[in-house]
Amino acid sequence: MAVAASTSTSERVIVAKAKWRPLENERNLAWLLLLPTMVLLGLFIAYPFMRGLLLSVTDTRVGIPGEFVGLANFRRLASDPIFHAVVWNTCWYTLVTTIFKLGLGLWLALLLNRSFKFKAFTRAFILLPFIIPTVLSTFAWKWMFDPTFSVLNWMLYQTGIIRVAINWLGDGDLAMLSIIIVNIWRGVPFFAISLLAGLQTISPDLNEAAAIDGARPLQRFWYITWPLLLPVTMVVMLFSVIQTFADFQIVYVMTGGGPANATHLFATYAYQLGVGTGLLSQGAAVSLAMFPILLLIVIVQLLYIRRVEVR
Amino acid sequence: MATVSIREVHKHYDDFHAVKGVSLEIKDHEFVVLVGPSGCGKTTTLRMVAGLESITEGRVLIGDTVVNELPPMDRDIAMVFQNYALYPHMSVYDNMAFGLKMRKFDKAEIKSRVAQAADILGIKDHLHRKPRQLSGGQRQRVALGRAIVRNPQVFLFDEPLSNLDAKLRVQMRVELKKLHQRLGTTAIYVTHDQVEAMTLGDRVVVMKDGLIQQVGEPLDLYNTPANKYVAGFIGSPAMNFADVTIANNGSGLVATNTAMSIAVPEHLAAPLGPHVGKPATFGIRPEDLRLADGSEPQHQTFEAVVEVAEQLGSEILLDVTCGPSSMVASVDPTVRVKPGEKIRLAFNPKRAHFFDGKSEMAVRG
Ligand SMILES: Nc1ncnc2c1ncn2[C@@H]1O[C@H](COP(=O)(O)OP(=O)(O)O)[C@@H](O)[C@H]1O
Ligand SMILES: [Mg+2]
Repeated sequence: MAVAASTSTSERVIVAKAKWRPLENERNLAWLLLLPTMVLLGLFIAYPFMRGLLLSVTDTRVGIPGEFVGLANFRRLASDPIFHAVVWNTCWYTLVTTIFKLGLGLWLALLLNRSFKFKAFTRAFILLPFIIPTVLSTFAWKWMFDPTFSVLNWMLYQTGIIRVAINWLGDGDLAMLSIIIVNIWRGVPFFAISLLAGLQTISPDLNEAAAIDGARPLQRFWYITWPLLLPVTMVVMLFSVIQTFADFQIVYVMTGGGPANATHLFATYAYQLGVGTGLLSQGAAVSLAMFPILLLIVIVQLLYIRRVEVR
Repeated sequence: MATVSIREVHKHYDDFHAVKGVSLEIKDHEFVVLVGPSGCGKTTTLRMVAGLESITEGRVLIGDTVVNELPPMDRDIAMVFQNYALYPHMSVYDNMAFGLKMRKFDKAEIKSRVAQAADILGIKDHLHRKPRQLSGGQRQRVALGRAIVRNPQVFLFDEPLSNLDAKLRVQMRVELKKLHQRLGTTAIYVTHDQVEAMTLGDRVVVMKDGLIQQVGEPLDLYNTPANKYVAGFIGSPAMNFADVTIANNGSGLVATNTAMSIAVPEHLAAPLGPHVGKPATFGIRPEDLRLADGSEPQHQTFEAVVEVAEQLGSEILLDVTCGPSSMVASVDPTVRVKPGEKIRLAFNPKRAHFFDGKSEMAVRG
């Protein structure tokens, strides 16, 4: 009896103590730690997103509150030839730039992964396009693409490649090419540095073992380096695709979507409609239209990443 | 299978001289162990044979071919790395098959070779697994398997057992030995563990600071070390040393210091003649010491104080001090002594070693 009694007292003491320490409960602590992030995300992501959603089903314009119109805005987009071009432009822009960013970034990463003089300096230097504010560097590019005064045409002319000045930003296809070039220039460092970090996690022993096993350099890359780098590559691609798909700054500064709407992407077209023209609800509809496509891409990539990582 | 000749090989890393002229002739079928402390250039030497490191100076031959300029794949060697270096994204089967695939063997041949190697190594139930699903010992076997399927001219091992726990290490050591007896492939094996070196090597190469100290069969190194370094490195517990001065007391040569005065054994009297008046080091292995029972001449014994007695069952290791030097004596398990007790130790004069005080080279009769 005495033993049982003393046990129950000590139990009670422990329970009493726990009551006064709410943060020792992991559940409470988890919520507390999540709170700041949730507030920030809610304020700056979820709330605007919901507002955009609400806006897109009205006919709001700047200064006019607007009425509920259902999916009219989206229906209008479906028959808007500029919007069709925007979808095509954005996909093309994302596809081409991602391929080149991956290729060039990987190539740079492989070079930087060797040991050479001034390695640390070069690695830092490579990051420049990534560090400079995009609007600034894009302005510099805009000058370089200027048909009459620019360094690009001058070089091509002096080396005899062209005879007549090329109007880079005045022609639809060339303007698209120009913004693609700038995006690649700006995006390669991110690929290079991320992939370099990935390469450095691959033990050099593996390449040496493969060399002894009889694999030539290209085979070593294909059978060893590439598969081991794939998880990192996929994550980097995921980030890049999301960013590129929603790109705004480069196009806005370089061409403003022109000439003749030839280089509009989702973001710039949404901005032009919503802010430029004041058709807020239609602008919201354009940016929301980006969402399902992006979601699809992200889901496919995440599934693939999971498969790669499970291997 | 082939011979390997390493001729006056040097390695400079920028301004660091890692390997300083190593020469070694390895016979066909021989199992040679490079042993030495960490940083002495063993791995570098092995990697130069493998072709993973350029050779600054000197030549390496496999068979009759100078391989200095050949890439690793054309040297027909296989290497087992310390951390195994298994391809993490490939199954055990693919790991072992990779070298054969690269060399364009046909599928059936690859399959039978991998199956055979897996059989020898006892890993045929794991062929579909990934390396990370295996234990350390199993990974080790896969790494061995990857080496043996190719049936290369030479095996190179770089501390292959050092990531295993002590028990597994002993077990794998035996298996390696069996494997070599079965395949007979010429092998160069690097380790810092002298027990591994002694048990595995047909011949053992002791290295230090980028230089070879001595090459010989295990027992030769043990019985007739070329210098004080090798004497202290080979054998466990290590050889005891005492700094002495050689003197002539009229009836013969003696080695003395503040705590002992012992007679120089007959067979060493002549070669030690020129050392009279000079410092030298007296060396004696723990098992060549025993408790004096009064039957031996006084000048083959010395006095010591017991510090610790370690009972091992088959023997007792006595940690003793003898003046300025600490020593270990391996004595009969029935001996009863207490810490602090003064005892007299007798040494076997036939197995006493003397080393020059300056050059530390062994003085031989
Ligand atoms: N790539 C390298 N660059 C510079 N020094 C190196 C390099 N590899 C090894 N060393 C140096 O060479 C010496 C011998 O190294 P190593 O052959 O790895 O020794 P170990 O006998 O322990 O295997 C060490 O002092 C090491 O620091
Ligand atoms: Mg080493």
